[in-house]
Amino acid sequence: MLSRMPSAHKSSTPFLVGLLLTMHGFFVVIFLVANAPLEKTMGIVQKIFYFHVPCAWLLMLSTFVCAGGSLAYLFRGSERGDRLAVCSAELGVLFGLCVMVTGPLWARAAWGVFWTWDVRLTSSLLLWLILIAYGLARRYGGAGGRRLAAAMALFAAADVPLVYLSVNVWRGLHPTTKVVSSLASGMRLPFFLSLAIFSALWGVLLTVRMRVERAQARLVELAIAVEDAEGKSS
Amino acid sequence: MSERELRLVNVGKTFGRHRALADVSLAFVPGRVAAVLGPNGAGKSTLLGLLSTLSQPSQGRIILGDEDLSRHSRLRASIGYVGHEPGVYGDLSARQNLRLFASLYGIANGERRIDEMLARVGLDGVRREGAARTFSRGMLQRLSLARALLHEPEILLFDEPGSALDPAGAAWLAGELQREREAGRLVVLVTHDLVAAAAIATHVVVLRRGRVACDETRTSFSADEVRALYEEATRGKA
Amino acid sequence: MARPSWAGQAGRIAWKDLHIEGRSREVLYTMGFMAALVVLVFSFAFISGQEVTVGPDVVAGILWVAVLFSGTVALSRTFDRERESEAIRSLLLSPVPRSAIYAGKLAATAAIMFLVELLLTPLLAALFSAVLWPHALWLGLLLLLGTIGFASVGVIFSAALLRARSRDALLGALLFPIVIPVLLAASRATAYLLDPAAPDLDPALFWTRFLAALDVVFVVVGLWTFEPVVMGD
Repeated sequence: MLSRMPSAHKSSTPFLVGLLLTMHGFFVVIFLVANAPLEKTMGIVQKIFYFHVPCAWLLMLSTFVCAGGSLAYLFRGSERGDRLAVCSAELGVLFGLCVMVTGPLWARAAWGVFWTWDVRLTSSLLLWLILIAYGLARRYGGAGGRRLAAAMALFAAADVPLVYLSVNVWRGLHPTTKVVSSLASGMRLPFFLSLAIFSALWGVLLTVRMRVERAQARLVELAIAVEDAEGKSS
Repeated sequence: MSERELRLVNVGKTFGRHRALADVSLAFVPGRVAAVLGPNGAGKSTLLGLLSTLSQPSQGRIILGDEDLSRHSRLRASIGYVGHEPGVYGDLSARQNLRLFASLYGIANGERRIDEMLARVGLDGVRREGAARTFSRGMLQRLSLARALLHEPEILLFDEPGSALDPAGAAWLAGELQREREAGRLVVLVTHDLVAAAAIATHVVVLRRGRVACDETRTSFSADEVRALYEEATRGKA
Repeated sequence: MARPSWAGQAGRIAWKDLHIEGRSREVLYTMGFMAALVVLVFSFAFISGQEVTVGPDVVAGILWVAVLFSGTVALSRTFDRERESEAIRSLLLSPVPRSAIYAGKLAATAAIMFLVELLLTPLLAALFSAVLWPHALWLGLLLLLGTIGFASVGVIFSAALLRARSRDALLGALLFPIVIPVLLAASRATAYLLDPAAPDLDPALFWTRFLAALDVVFVVVGLWTFEPVVMGD
């Protein structure tokens, strides 16, 4: 048990480098976004796009990472997989919240309403709801809650393409489906950089959150080891 | 009846931050009744849950003969379990319950076997269509035993089976246990009742805070001997 | 006698549930009553005066919302029977593959729900003067597919929630986000089938196929995850 102690102080250098790069990246992105050309019809409001789309992408990524972790937990009993799943689900809820806030702002400016049953907005909403339900299952699901939550993540991943397809057909193809490929050339660099930096932020947050979970797991392990040692001696 | 031993090798079980079993190594032998004793929370039910394959050990291995118990789901067919809940469908009659489980276990000559079992546990006289829900506690426990013995398991696990029985019922159950032991089955009995344990056990295990505090095998135990072992093993309990 | 086949064991478990239900009819009555209530609640909320001209969209929506809510009742009642006196433990202890237990529970739950729907749909049609007969068989197929989609997820979740204290409150909250595509596909297809003015039925065909694909995905994931989900910790 003691021989495993040093692993708690695993090298932090790559993580710190990543953290610093991400922080600097945000300054660069803000500058680039501020200087990107204004969109003709929507003007300044369109800049929310640089924030909204990366968040939506990360919501999707979180769902799949959560499903991957859940798979490892359910079928191989991997505690690490379970930690990965819960951390990414939390991040998914967080970035999903950003989507749900910025989406209506965009919709208000673009179409004059706060909510449209737009394909991607609706799909994101469903994913977000599933990730929130994932948290509910873990917290209140009793003895089988963790396993139930893991199964939910698998159903969610299976759901994603179908949700997207169904909402797409349900609402009819939305005119903005090809926003990204039709970006003005001046908007492209800020957009893709923003995407990269948000993804890096996601990675940094996931690492931090995973470390907390791992530290907690180790704490429990140590407490049990102490208990075991006491049990042996008494 | 088979000669396979059921062995636990350094078995540990953790629930979240709670240690239910630590470093448990035991061997249960066919033809013996092992009584597992211990205060509440000592890990008795956890142990039985592991032996019944319904939960998996966090550490260590459970081996039946030379097969790992957790790896082979067909080994479930060699286990019979009687819990404090009867584990039968209240809406079905005694015979329908047994018929269901006979078919799930793929028992040959199901009807004859069911007749035998009903006669053996003294339920052959009950009204054919009476739902198990209308049964008394004692009758339910008889039905539960019939269900557990239906497929002639090598291993019989009992989780405080006598806790809801009147003295006559408890005496009947002790007789049945004795009979199964003599038939060469491996019996593990979890109980709080030291006197009942002494009457039938030839192997006494006392758990204390998830550890084996006593592991004694004799040809027979008197009630005083069991009580002495129990008190010595659990002394100094915080 | 050799051990029965996988399908035989699944069938045995389903038959057990249906036999119990045939004796008590508890799920049929409570679920049926609940479904009728949902329909009536919607009627009171949406319809004023003598007006009964509601579009097929609304009728289809009411039908499927009623199926969803009453289906939750059916799920929690059939699993209460497993929990009572720990019968589920005996089932899990038997050498039956867990996927067969899943299939059996799914078949029984879907069958009970389907029976209620067969009674509910004419009631709905009568209340809203919807025309069922031109596509009665197709509608029946839709009901069956939608029910399987709902129950395939519901059985897993109910089984996992057996030991949770707030299982009844949680079941709907966890289940509905996952089965929304089922609701969407089923109610769209039903709306086209109920619409006498519909120019053609291509959309209904699309949604029926989509629903079938959804069922396949959900049942496969269900068969595959049931065993690890019901394993005790």
